Amino acid sequence: MTTDVLNDHDSHEGEHHDDHKMTGIKRWLYTTNHKDIGSMYLWFSFIMFLVGGALAMVIRAELFQPGLQIVEPDFFNQLTTVHGLIMVFGAIMPAFVGFANWMLPMMIGAPDMALPRLNNWSFWILPFAFAILIGSFFMESGAPNFGWTFYAPLSTTYSNGSTAFFVFAVHIMGISSIMGAINIVVTIMNMRAPGMTYMKMPLFVWTFFITAYLLIAVMPILAGVVTMLLTDTYFGTSFFDAAGGGDPVLFQHIFWFFGHPEVYIMILPAFGIVSTIIPAFSRKKLFGYSSMVYATSSIAFLSFIVWAHHMFTTGMPLFGELFFMYCTMLIAVPTGVKVFNWMATMWRGSMTFETPMLFSIAFVILFTIGGFSGLMLALTPVDFQYHDTYFVVAHFHYVLVTGSLFSIFAGAYYWLPKWTGHMYDETLGKVHFWCSLISVNLLFFPMHFLGLAGMPRRIPDYALQFADFNKWVSIGGFAFGLSQLIFLAVVIKCIRGGEKASAKPWEGAEGLEWTVASPAPYHTFTTPPKID
Amino acid sequence: MDKGTEQAEQHKSLKQEIEQSAQQKNSKVIKKLMLIVFGMFGFGFALVPLYDVFCDITGLNGKTNDTAAAYADGGIDTSRTITVQFITRTAKGIPWQFNPVINEVKVHPGEMKFVKFYAKNESDRDIVGQAVPSVSPGLAAAYFQKIECFCFTQQPLQANEEIEMGLQFYVDLELPEEITTLTLSYTLYDITGKVDS
Repeated sequence: MTTDVLNDHDSHEGEHHDDHKMTGIKRWLYTTNHKDIGSMYLWFSFIMFLVGGALAMVIRAELFQPGLQIVEPDFFNQLTTVHGLIMVFGAIMPAFVGFANWMLPMMIGAPDMALPRLNNWSFWILPFAFAILIGSFFMESGAPNFGWTFYAPLSTTYSNGSTAFFVFAVHIMGISSIMGAINIVVTIMNMRAPGMTYMKMPLFVWTFFITAYLLIAVMPILAGVVTMLLTDTYFGTSFFDAAGGGDPVLFQHIFWFFGHPEVYIMILPAFGIVSTIIPAFSRKKLFGYSSMVYATSSIAFLSFIVWAHHMFTTGMPLFGELFFMYCTMLIAVPTGVKVFNWMATMWRGSMTFETPMLFSIAFVILFTIGGFSGLMLALTPVDFQYHDTYFVVAHFHYVLVTGSLFSIFAGAYYWLPKWTGHMYDETLGKVHFWCSLISVNLLFFPMHFLGLAGMPRRIPDYALQFADFNKWVSIGGFAFGLSQLIFLAVVIKCIRGGEKASAKPWEGAEGLEWTVASPAPYHTFTTPPKID
Repeated sequence: MDKGTEQAEQHKSLKQEIEQSAQQKNSKVIKKLMLIVFGMFGFGFALVPLYDVFCDITGLNGKTNDTAAAYADGGIDTSRTITVQFITRTAKGIPWQFNPVINEVKVHPGEMKFVKFYAKNESDRDIVGQAVPSVSPGLAAAYFQKIECFCFTQQPLQANEEIEMGLQFYVDLELPEEITTLTLSYTLYDITGKVDS
């Protein structure tokens, strides 16, 4: 009886709320609705992706042939730095938060995120952070030019004067991420529908839960290290300044103590998305749900004890190098559990190859390539040769572009019908996939060979023997950049119209989000669903 | 009060109660998470002294003792001879000439040695310099003991002034067998601005 009464009341309030939905820009400025905020996050990250991509296009144009053609070396450094910062903090991370906002409440049967106003704020401070960062291009001193890893003393003693803007931008991004993460944890802990125990949560929810904890643990470290940079540069402290008793290597330790968990922050949600899509299009349950949960947790744990594998060439004692080498290689075990899980899920499934599935399969294969080159880099003696070469660039672009980004595309195609109420154009989607797949490999695969041959990263010019590969890489880069406009076209077309999507357009899909209509109503699960 | 309003009131209070308990639950979790956030922010800063202590114990970053060590008279091990090399570097922006008077010495572990470094301020302004030492291989740093060193203090030089600065040291008897050569490197920094402020 009690629940009936409450439901009745709830639905009234739902209507009431809808009546007051604001129009125009105010709707977006004041919204506390998880779907609105999710959409804003996704659009914001896509715009940032295009901005960061545009910077990459200039980088590749400069590297098309040896010699200096288009930009000055200092501006080239600004390009690589801001490209990295934008793609990491502006494109990949907000895209995942967008997915979390849209899908988490629907997947756990909650009416909204637990802290809707905080949610609004954590989105709306982001544009300011990136306005500061990108705005520094137009200042006299120029944008940050010390690499996205902002190693001291490059970012302190030798900074071009952009350090303060950079630090404040990173602080705002960090605050936004921490608030977003707190919101995710509170939502998952407190707002699950009755009967949804932790081990009944979709794997997508699990990966975001663990990622949010990682964010809460390491974003404050990032805030701390940029604060130290700020005081070193402007207030005369000597955290990283040897002249005053500091140590520049300490910077690398603190940075990578944040930095390594950070790279898992960018890949664990991808695991969640792919683990949702592969079972749907294989029409089978995920091969080993609990092993996936434990594998994700162990990857998260291991991420805290491997940071120094980024620093093998700083002159660590042998014991340190061995410790970090073995710990790093240990990560291959839970990651292998995941890859074999996806393969076993597909094994003898009735597979179909719609665009989300194509991106997911490409993810499994290409992410594994990135994982293998990571294993090579983990070997201390070998790393001495590969360190700071294009091999490293190839490695992290395989895990971040064909890994994280492909999973974002997969997820976007998979849930677009739920978001818009229309099916996307399958043909155009497949064109986007194949163009991206071919161009991305043309773009990043030859970088392995360039790195092995000794081409260093972050240089605007290179020796003649690297010219042929660089030409192909640049052509791949331009093609990949253009291919992403197809994605934009697909999304816009899908929003504007198209075949009506049913509540559950994918035959094999599972989860609560498919029990509500398409497009998902503005308010869902004002009454918690029943979970068996 | 008719029955309808009474029921509505009841719903209202029931709903409020549920909302309140949800809010309490949320704020409990938020408090815990904020503790982690502030804790980790503090931990980032705590890493600075922790790193120093860790390096002190292990000699990880080649840092040598920054205050004078007392000479431990445990005899001299004449069966081993260690080559100690000296190199100097001036950091960006300090117009000093700075070099060791002799480039290397051979010492037995436990034996005390005195060497000199030459510095000249070649500019026409007064500058305060600070030499920062580092030993390679890093693990030997803990066994390289400085009894007297110009690096313990700041070194002010007036315009065009020159000076010979002393270093007295010994190599600890416990120095691991496999180490036969030590390189002591000094980097000289201009800290005039920091001294003024």
